[in-house]
Amino acid sequence: METLLLSRIQFAANISFHILFPTITIALAWFLFYFKVQHNRTGEEVWMRAYRFWVKVFALSFALGVVSGITMSFQFGTNWPGYMGTVGNIAGPLLGYEVLTAFFMEATFLGIMLFGINRVSNRVHTIATFLVAVGTSLSAFWILSLNSWMHTPTGFEMRDGVAFPVDWLAIIFNPSMPYRLLHMMVASGLTAAFLMAGLSAYRLLKGDHKPAPRLTLKTAVYAAALLIPLQILLGDLHGLNTLKHQPAKVAAMEALWETEKGAPLVLFGIPDEEQKRNHFALEIPGGASFILTHDWQGEVKGLNEFKGEHPPVAPVFWGFRIMVGLGMLMLAVAWVAGTILWRHNALPNWMLRVLVGMSFSGWVATLAGWYVTEIGRQPYLVTGLLTTEEAVTAVPPGNVGISLAIYLTLYAVLLVAYIATLFLIARKAVQVDRNEEVETLQDRYNPMNTNEGGAY
Amino acid sequence: MVTGEAYWLPFTFLALMGLAFLIYAILDGYDLGVGILLPRDSEAQRDTMIASIGPFWDANETWLVLGVGIILIAFPMAHNVILYQLYIPVTFMLAGLILRGVAFDFRAKAPVDHKGRWDLAFWSGSLLATLSQGYMLGLYVMGFEESVAAYAFAILSAVCVTAGYSLIGAAWLVMKTEGELQARAAVWARRCAWLMGLGLVAVSVVNPLISERVFDKWLGGGTALFLLLIPALCFVLFLVNDRYLANFPYENDFGCWIPFASTIGLFVLAYSALAYSFFPYVVPEQLTFWEAASAPESLWFILIGVIIVLPAIILYTLFAYRVFWGKARELNYY
Repeated sequence: METLLLSRIQFAANISFHILFPTITIALAWFLFYFKVQHNRTGEEVWMRAYRFWVKVFALSFALGVVSGITMSFQFGTNWPGYMGTVGNIAGPLLGYEVLTAFFMEATFLGIMLFGINRVSNRVHTIATFLVAVGTSLSAFWILSLNSWMHTPTGFEMRDGVAFPVDWLAIIFNPSMPYRLLHMMVASGLTAAFLMAGLSAYRLLKGDHKPAPRLTLKTAVYAAALLIPLQILLGDLHGLNTLKHQPAKVAAMEALWETEKGAPLVLFGIPDEEQKRNHFALEIPGGASFILTHDWQGEVKGLNEFKGEHPPVAPVFWGFRIMVGLGMLMLAVAWVAGTILWRHNALPNWMLRVLVGMSFSGWVATLAGWYVTEIGRQPYLVTGLLTTEEAVTAVPPGNVGISLAIYLTLYAVLLVAYIATLFLIARKAVQVDRNEEVETLQDRYNPMNTNEGGAY
Repeated sequence: MVTGEAYWLPFTFLALMGLAFLIYAILDGYDLGVGILLPRDSEAQRDTMIASIGPFWDANETWLVLGVGIILIAFPMAHNVILYQLYIPVTFMLAGLILRGVAFDFRAKAPVDHKGRWDLAFWSGSLLATLSQGYMLGLYVMGFEESVAAYAFAILSAVCVTAGYSLIGAAWLVMKTEGELQARAAVWARRCAWLMGLGLVAVSVVNPLISERVFDKWLGGGTALFLLLIPALCFVLFLVNDRYLANFPYENDFGCWIPFASTIGLFVLAYSALAYSFFPYVVPEQLTFWEAASAPESLWFILIGVIIVLPAIILYTLFAYRVFWGKARELNYY
């Protein structure tokens, strides 16, 4: 295989693995801050127990996010030198601000948040939790600003084939940035909420009768029920924004081969790039026009307008359907579970099992969404400025093959270990019975009490 | 040669980059060193050692991201050349840092019978990251020359950096632990200091011999006598450290910070000597810092951020060290 393909697979593998963890931690940090504030406000121990269980999940997810993120920061130089060569004047400072304003803050205060509870006052510990949450969100702000700029570049000028910044505000707040940022933040909220609901449901199914898992189940289900309609609205706005700036991507999402008025919404079909048509298509006449132009007879541009400049159709088409399908499933599950909880203050076992099954639905939807937007930008790395092919390194394919094999092996092992560990710490939490828990609470300020499983 | 803004703006970033890598070598140096020293025979000591670096490692590693980030931002040309040359060792370093970083958490949460395996991952990850860094430093110093001598020098450099990180790790443990572990750390520190000392001497002899430019810089001009202060000071610090450790332990934990402080001194001196040898090149013999620099408008934009944010980073880093001041306790993990 050639260096370009291997480098693309490697970047995709790295970023797919990396994004799993920030997607959890960005929102989980705010859930933890909420637990901490509720504990301070009400004085009820159950909030602190919720905090102490979920901070473990947070610490593990954060560590995986950090190490895979460091790998990401090296990828630009090792595999995509043309990227920094062409747009380094823009990408560099945005990445720099992410390191300066976010990475140090979250890393430093994480130490205090995790290990400092007996060494600092309760107020400082609350502030540390808050700053970690701010740090993770700031980090998302900068990196999504840069990513959005790659989709919709503004505020620069080209001199001798190199991009120079002209207007930093226009660069940071480029046209697709607000939509992408909000869509991703809410995606993080949903991912964390479904993980929290899933693990809490798992504890209840394993016979945990303590109040903490019931509380986190409720928090998570209500959060998901509130966020999912918001996410559908944001997704729609993001799609309209994409139609305006990257119509080729939308044409691929809808597998629309020819420009037409009253374009159909393809619910199912197998796009065929050779014949430029969809096999076995199941369509709603005028549906795509209605969604995209809010008019059943509106004109939508087809792939024929972008010859040689449009992305591969099948992965974008399918990624979009997986994302939307999961979104609908999340809506149904969150609202049904929310309604039952509202009425009965508890969930039947079948619903708990559904929630366990949905634990990682946020991951799948987030990845599918990112594949749509990133593959949808191809053949460009930076829309209209730089193609992916132009940016790739001259490193021999053998070397890229070695690094790819190392990363794939590590990531596979770590992903299995991560998921197994989440369920393991949930089972450990179940085994702690109530009496023991009271004792543990009295020992809370005893520094020798380090029993990992018994602290909540 | 250039003057004015085109000179001092990139120069400022060169200094910042140098500072970031120096802080990285000291801070992640001690926690990687602690990882390398993890003893096979005592789980309790491993727990205490890891507890002593638990709150810090993540922020320490961020200095690497900052250092690489500054090359990326300020010297994109150098960034591309260096990472092209170091493709495979960078991969190994990253694999090492990944293993070490995740082992911190997994070892505390995994089933009891898996803990040993994660400790092994912790140790091997730390060692792999350190060896790769030393190897890369060696290749860099040799200007990415493809010769047997260059690879041999890179291997020497890998051993030397590993000894240096182990030394600062052991010195950290002398400062942060008590009792049996502290006594063991003192023995480790003394041995590592000798190894690192020999390595430094070897590097100092070899480097001017294989590079005419380095030779001229150190011994050619009228400043030779003044410059020889650096090795002289190194020798004094080495001696202080060695004599202190030879008579360890002391009553009331007298001077437990001396090995750590003197090792920091050694790191700063060795690093300055290296920086002096290469100034004004960012890629030895190939690219000067002003040739490799990115657009002034980009440098200005990020410099403003640095001026505002860096003091804050330093302040809250000091705050974190103050919070965890004193001897390491068991990790009290909430």
